[in-house]
Amino acid sequence: MTSTSAAQARPSLGFRGRSFMAYSLTPQPPIADWLAELDKWARNSPGFFVGRPIVLDLAAVTLSQGAIAHLIAELSLRAIRIIGIEGAVPADLGADLPPLLKNGRAAGMDDVSGAKPAAQQQEPSSLLLEEPVRSGQSVIFPHGDVTVVGQVASGAEVVAGGSIHIYGALRGRALAGSMGNSRARIFCSKNEAELLAIDGYYQTTEDIDSKLRNRPIQAWLEGDVLMVAASD
Amino acid sequence: MAKVVVVTSGKGGVGKTTTTAALGAALAQSGQKVALIDFDVGLRNLDLVMGAERRVVYDLINVVQGVAKLQQALIKDKRIDTLWLLPASQTRDKDALTEDGVARVIAELRESHDWVLCDSPAGIERGATLAMRFADTAVIVTNPEVSSVRDSDRIIGLLDAKTEKAEKGQRVDKHILITRYDGARAARGEMLSIEDVLEILSTPLLGIIPESQEVLRASNLGAPVTLSDPASGPARAYLDAARRLKGETVPMAIPGDKKRLLDRLFGRRAA
Repeated sequence: MTSTSAAQARPSLGFRGRSFMAYSLTPQPPIADWLAELDKWARNSPGFFVGRPIVLDLAAVTLSQGAIAHLIAELSLRAIRIIGIEGAVPADLGADLPPLLKNGRAAGMDDVSGAKPAAQQQEPSSLLLEEPVRSGQSVIFPHGDVTVVGQVASGAEVVAGGSIHIYGALRGRALAGSMGNSRARIFCSKNEAELLAIDGYYQTTEDIDSKLRNRPIQAWLEGDVLMVAASD
Repeated sequence: MAKVVVVTSGKGGVGKTTTTAALGAALAQSGQKVALIDFDVGLRNLDLVMGAERRVVYDLINVVQGVAKLQQALIKDKRIDTLWLLPASQTRDKDALTEDGVARVIAELRESHDWVLCDSPAGIERGATLAMRFADTAVIVTNPEVSSVRDSDRIIGLLDAKTEKAEKGQRVDKHILITRYDGARAARGEMLSIEDVLEILSTPLLGIIPESQEVLRASNLGAPVTLSDPASGPARAYLDAARRLKGETVPMAIPGDKKRLLDRLFGRRAA
């Protein structure tokens, strides 16, 4: 018998879905060594875990029910309170262990690498240069695209994790997708490049079609072949 | 307070010493108090070009090391009484230069003169970086030829990185001086054109000095070309460049153009 109308008459239990952010600890085998590392960190940042909701991620280890219980006991001796477990199957968890959590997602949180949790700086994802890049200068920006408003001289190089955009003559070297991004591209207003490379695949001046010299070009990867075409 | 100018290039043999002497003499002739410093320790040439090689007693290294006072080392020019030379050592090398020592010398010269011109050695090592370290202004001497232009570009990058001014977030005023320009060869494509040089270096032009026999003659006579032959092409170009350095607006004359104009008037074709 449905009791929807009856439920409306009772005061609400206040039972609803909420999401919170928690830290997750992922022990690596062997557990004893991992606990020793944890102790070292705790010595540098005493009290770090106090009051923080911690989820234990068991995806990297294979532990019996007893071993899981022992681990949780070890952690509570270190003032680490586990509010949930992920990366395990229900059969491994007894009734007195923290509940199983599923579908955890990575979330941006305070920096956890130091004793002082510093505010996380927004990582810049592109670099803009408004001066020409002079011979002998090397611009290295692994985080994203590089845009140069000006020329890149012979004997200079621009290395980017993303794409490279040069609003000027490219007379030096341009290496895009340097962190393994094969979808990066290179654009320039006047091609006199010494070397073009995307994700490690390169062509020197000799390899590039001479008809493309002094013209605006675009370079991209098709498979493992660097393609260069005029964009005018 | 003097303006400190470094005459530099990166590439060797393009005309730095000739330029330091010529510009220095031109500035001094207009009444300014000018000190020239030769930073090419071990391979000094400025004393030869200035005709002072027989009067060198103390040099820049002696002053840097405190062996001599600056006034003892400065050589006064015999022809222009507001022009002095601080020669380099011939027996030592650039490792004897220290940044503090150079800073002291330049600071002292700043007080007593209107212009301090530093003749840089070629290259990008210690001698060159110390010569540019305390500069307010740079004259980058460039031949219209690919290696010289690329080396000049390198030097421009260093001027924006390794000078005191750059470290303080300010800029060294940079000027290109094109030397050994030969209009006929540029027209034949054997040399870079002025436009090519300026496009690659994207830095303002101070002057264009034509290739000419007078420069060699002057240095063998031990005189800056602006003194030995003031009516010659190079001398006139250097005199214009000195005026521009002082801030005057002087229209840029392309050497060789006059000749072609005359040829056109008389119906002749240039070679």
